[in-house]
Amino acid sequence: MNVHPVTKTILERLGLGLATLFVVSIIIFSAIEMLPGDFGQAILGQAATQETVAAFRRELGLDQPAYLRYLQWVGGALQGDLGTSFSGRNASGIDRSRAVVDLIAPRLWNTLFLAGLTAVIAVPIALALGVSTALFRNSVYDRTVNTATLTTISFPEFFVAYILILLLASLYPVFPSLANVDDSTPLAERAFRTALPALTLTLVIVAHMMRMTRAAIINLLASPYIQMARLSGASQTEVIIKHALPNAWAPIATVIAFNLAYLVVGVVVVEVVFVYPGVGQLMVDAVTSRDIPVVQGCALIFAITYILLNLIADIIGIITNPRLLHPK
Amino acid sequence: MTQNPDTYSAAGEVGAVLEKRTFWTRLKLDLKKSPWSARFGMVIIFIYAMLAIFAPVFAPYGEAQVFPTPYAPWSSEFIFGTDQIGRDIFSRLIYGARNTVGIAVATTFLAFLIGGALGLIAAINRSYIDQALSRLVDVFMAIPSLIFALVLLSIFGSTVLNLIIIIAVLDSTRVFRLTRAVAINVVVMDYVEAARLRGEGLGWIMRKEILPNIMPPLIAEFGLRFCFVFLSIAALSFLGVGIQPPTADWGSMVRENASLIQFAQYDLKAGLTPLLPAAAIALLTVAVNFVVDWFLHKTSGLRDEQ
Repeated sequence: MNVHPVTKTILERLGLGLATLFVVSIIIFSAIEMLPGDFGQAILGQAATQETVAAFRRELGLDQPAYLRYLQWVGGALQGDLGTSFSGRNASGIDRSRAVVDLIAPRLWNTLFLAGLTAVIAVPIALALGVSTALFRNSVYDRTVNTATLTTISFPEFFVAYILILLLASLYPVFPSLANVDDSTPLAERAFRTALPALTLTLVIVAHMMRMTRAAIINLLASPYIQMARLSGASQTEVIIKHALPNAWAPIATVIAFNLAYLVVGVVVVEVVFVYPGVGQLMVDAVTSRDIPVVQGCALIFAITYILLNLIADIIGIITNPRLLHPK
Repeated sequence: MTQNPDTYSAAGEVGAVLEKRTFWTRLKLDLKKSPWSARFGMVIIFIYAMLAIFAPVFAPYGEAQVFPTPYAPWSSEFIFGTDQIGRDIFSRLIYGARNTVGIAVATTFLAFLIGGALGLIAAINRSYIDQALSRLVDVFMAIPSLIFALVLLSIFGSTVLNLIIIIAVLDSTRVFRLTRAVAINVVVMDYVEAARLRGEGLGWIMRKEILPNIMPPLIAEFGLRFCFVFLSIAALSFLGVGIQPPTADWGSMVRENASLIQFAQYDLKAGLTPLLPAAAIALLTVAVNFVVDWFLHKTSGLRDEQ
């Protein structure tokens, strides 16, 4: 078969991504398998009768073999049904539990909004800093930016968050320290209230992206064709913008996608600090109360996003690689 | 030195002036050449280690000793005030060095034990074991470790032992990758083959033939892994699913005192209180990073390109 090598590599990556997703879904699914046998009693309370516990187990499908339940779970997840939460159940058998999807859906939008806002702020800053530090390498500017970013990388997210709260919300009240938004909040107001969490995440990921961008460009500057361009009289700016940058896009795009994937995880801590109603906070609450279906739902969403973004990064890297585009 | 022209050898002359350097003299020379950042890092790490080991000596009060005034301001009696139920924050900070750092060190050791051993086995063996382990690690690394840790903690519950095991297993994947990658280059060396041919067992080849030759990258990785583990444990404790009260721990201390930050306008010291444990975490991470940076620079033999 005569397939273009790029298509072939991309298909391979897609297959690999699907396989990873499959295994990951099995791991997340097996969370409910690993619970101790008496968890029904623990959730419904000591007063639960054997009948209600049995009914609860039947509702979870624990009377069926594991592979059947896995298929049902994945089938449900594909159709947007992630089961029902453990909370809201009690011994009397009255079921006030809510569907996991209903819990996650509004919060997912909030989380995506926060991540999106961060990306919009962080990516241009990181690129500008990365290119400019490569341009003025070893200058005072370069060293200052480098030291500053090295320090922010070493800081835990909540440290950055609380410093920002102390400075921008408590000492000089510019932004609100609690990011309480809901569906009715208008967009501008929403962005204003989300400013501090977005700023925290920006500080955390800009450092990484900027350093990688700088490294990618500096790496390229050592190649012979750049020397050739220099010898033919191109200026430093011209060399970086015209010659180095086009070849640096692939690593930079990979770095951006990778950091956006990292953002997915970073939101968990930041959402808790700012009491932002997102998926991360929901997941932490569910872990504390050991509400497994909600934990599974959130974990599945985080894992899928993470894997997808990494897959996109991979594919961008392949597509923009000129050596693969023009096979000999 | 008297030279006898008949038995002269260059090696002999060099040998006469060659100074035998012990481990300590070499260490002293290295330290003399170290940059200020690395020295700063080492001093900080030393102070943290002392505080952790001799916590009861340095701390004025007990770890969980409760005093009648909650949220007391900074004073000579309570250097950094008291927390929400009246425990001395300064004492808890010192005990936190013992708990938080101790647990992180234990976790990192466990991660290296698991990841390092499996990585070496995979590199030496190169059969289906290598394939199976590598694919398994790929999958583990495809899920963000914080999310994975949250899922596992919700299943097994948040105890210190579970925390150590879960984080160690998740982090051992990266140790595995590194160990396998560097060990593969050493495994093909002739002296390893010779050891195999003279019938040494797997354990000997791992410990005596390969491990000494891959130590530098592993030591540097140990520092970086420690930072990562330390930050993840702090994050999980901050989220309330890591180290549980009443154990003094920096992550949960930030969470418990976070509300004080709202009073920064009226009393700046109170506003700074929740930042102290967070700063303690950040300072140690920066210090370790500085030392690792210097170590990597020293062992890689690379010079700064100008």
